[in-house]
Amino acid sequence: MLKKHLLLTGVTFLLSAGILLGCNAQPAVWSEAEVENMRTLWIGSLPPLPPDPSNQYGDDPRAAALGSKLFSDTRFSSNGKVACATCHLAEKDFQDGIPLGEGVGTTNRRTMSIVGTAYSPWFFWDGRKDSQWAQALGPLESAVEHGGTRTQYAHLMQTNYKAEYEAIFGTLPDFSDMARFPESAGPVSDEAAFAAWNAMTEDDREAVTQVYVNMGKAIAAFERTIMPSESRFDQYVAAILANDLKKAETIFTQDEVEGLKLFIGSANCTRCHNGPLLTDNDFHNTGVPAVAALPEDTGRVLGAQQVLADEFNCLGKYSDALPEDCDELRFMLSEGDALERAYKPPSLRDVANRAPYMHAGQFATLEEVLRHYHDAPIAPSGHTELEMIHLNPYQQSQIIAFLKTLSSIK
Amino acid sequence: MKAQSKTIVITVLVTVAILFAAFFLLMPVFGPRFMHPIMSQYMHGNSDPITSNELDTATEKLTENGAYHVSFKSDLDPITINQIHTWVLHIESADGQSVEGATILVDGGMPEHGHGLPTAPQVTQDLGNGDYLVEGLKFQMGGWWEVKFNITANGNTDNVTFNIMLGG
Repeated sequence: MLKKHLLLTGVTFLLSAGILLGCNAQPAVWSEAEVENMRTLWIGSLPPLPPDPSNQYGDDPRAAALGSKLFSDTRFSSNGKVACATCHLAEKDFQDGIPLGEGVGTTNRRTMSIVGTAYSPWFFWDGRKDSQWAQALGPLESAVEHGGTRTQYAHLMQTNYKAEYEAIFGTLPDFSDMARFPESAGPVSDEAAFAAWNAMTEDDREAVTQVYVNMGKAIAAFERTIMPSESRFDQYVAAILANDLKKAETIFTQDEVEGLKLFIGSANCTRCHNGPLLTDNDFHNTGVPAVAALPEDTGRVLGAQQVLADEFNCLGKYSDALPEDCDELRFMLSEGDALERAYKPPSLRDVANRAPYMHAGQFATLEEVLRHYHDAPIAPSGHTELEMIHLNPYQQSQIIAFLKTLSSIK
Repeated sequence: MKAQSKTIVITVLVTVAILFAAFFLLMPVFGPRFMHPIMSQYMHGNSDPITSNELDTATEKLTENGAYHVSFKSDLDPITINQIHTWVLHIESADGQSVEGATILVDGGMPEHGHGLPTAPQVTQDLGNGDYLVEGLKFQMGGWWEVKFNITANGNTDNVTFNIMLGG
């Protein structure tokens, strides 16, 4: 009799254990707070693109058309082989998939994607530029990217784009006098070109710079049209917001659901990767290792000083903005420990198609990225913002499964 | 009797073994959130974050030493993350008189994360009638934020801290 009872108890134990384990396979139930959190990350929460007050041509389709051509024109380089599109490849979400950008030389940083950057107040990993047009002008004069000069570009505009330029920006100055406008002159690291630039009159330099600025504004008008598109994650959120759990279940696997739960919950990912672009466009030190072969990199420390000193910033004379339109620059955090080795978190949209990761391509795979966030190592300099969190390997793989749902449906 | 107790021991042992094995094998699927709160806390190494119910989020407050009555109004309402915006700070003396010509310093951050504000907000204008324009405020993540004002008027300095709870 007792034997029977005991066996029954044992069987009951096993059954209840089985039921408990079975619970795991039930559809995800989201709390109200979690649903609200998901809504903030949803592409449907992306507001219409506000105008860029520093670029009065930003929403002119003719400027965008010209900018699109300039973006792909390799003549705008020292060796005739490098255009913006060389590193920002349209078929690769406007990046290049290699650790360090390759122009006429090799840069010290990973090429950033352009998608959705029109929403950002800061550009480059260290935010050393504060508008898309000012950003576009940086690589054009970098010795390792396009490697060219302002006068070279002014001549190219005159020879190849005069009519289109004038339809948008008005009369293009006459640069044909090669004594006044040398073939290669500009405020660049090349000594001969720099000396030639300084030998020009201030008015001539000004005329060249104005054309250079307008090139940037045209390229920015084109870049403003490069926007992210819907992902499987967005479809899942739309289903959840519509309270259609049946449909949601067909969109996400259980691992993707769990990964999302961790992403918006205990893994703390949304501290930096928030909003519909999954970036706060601010600067964070996450203890990413330094690359031994590269020069010392202080991140935002230098970037903040550079943007303040930049002749093309929002408050500068080439900007079309009023001072009150430049709050990000006027009230920018320009000093303090928090800036040390702090870098801008990139948007996570399409992140699975954008290896390698981090500002110098330090991590080859998302697995390495997750391991880094799990290990939270001491920063090479400054202080990491990462807190020790426990994510077992399976949970890390669930977050990666979720990250893969952020790829655009094409 | 002997055979019976043998069965008891075997049944119990087998059940316990199966439960243990299942528990450990399925740990990755369970995740720590299924574990006992004490253990989960130990593994995470942090306590539960503060919630808006536990926080004094009044937008009108007396300064620490009772010198001023301070309130703020944001031009971004409700306040959302990642948007730079402006507040108007209104300062009155304890007896209800508008405080003019005050010098005000702005500071703040996230006490739970140990970091400051992402921008350097400033009081840029004395608007009169005890109103002051605070420009350049921005919060770049959800959670508990503090915004602190150090107010000096007529040689009398006092501090006030406003708490803000943001979603997202």
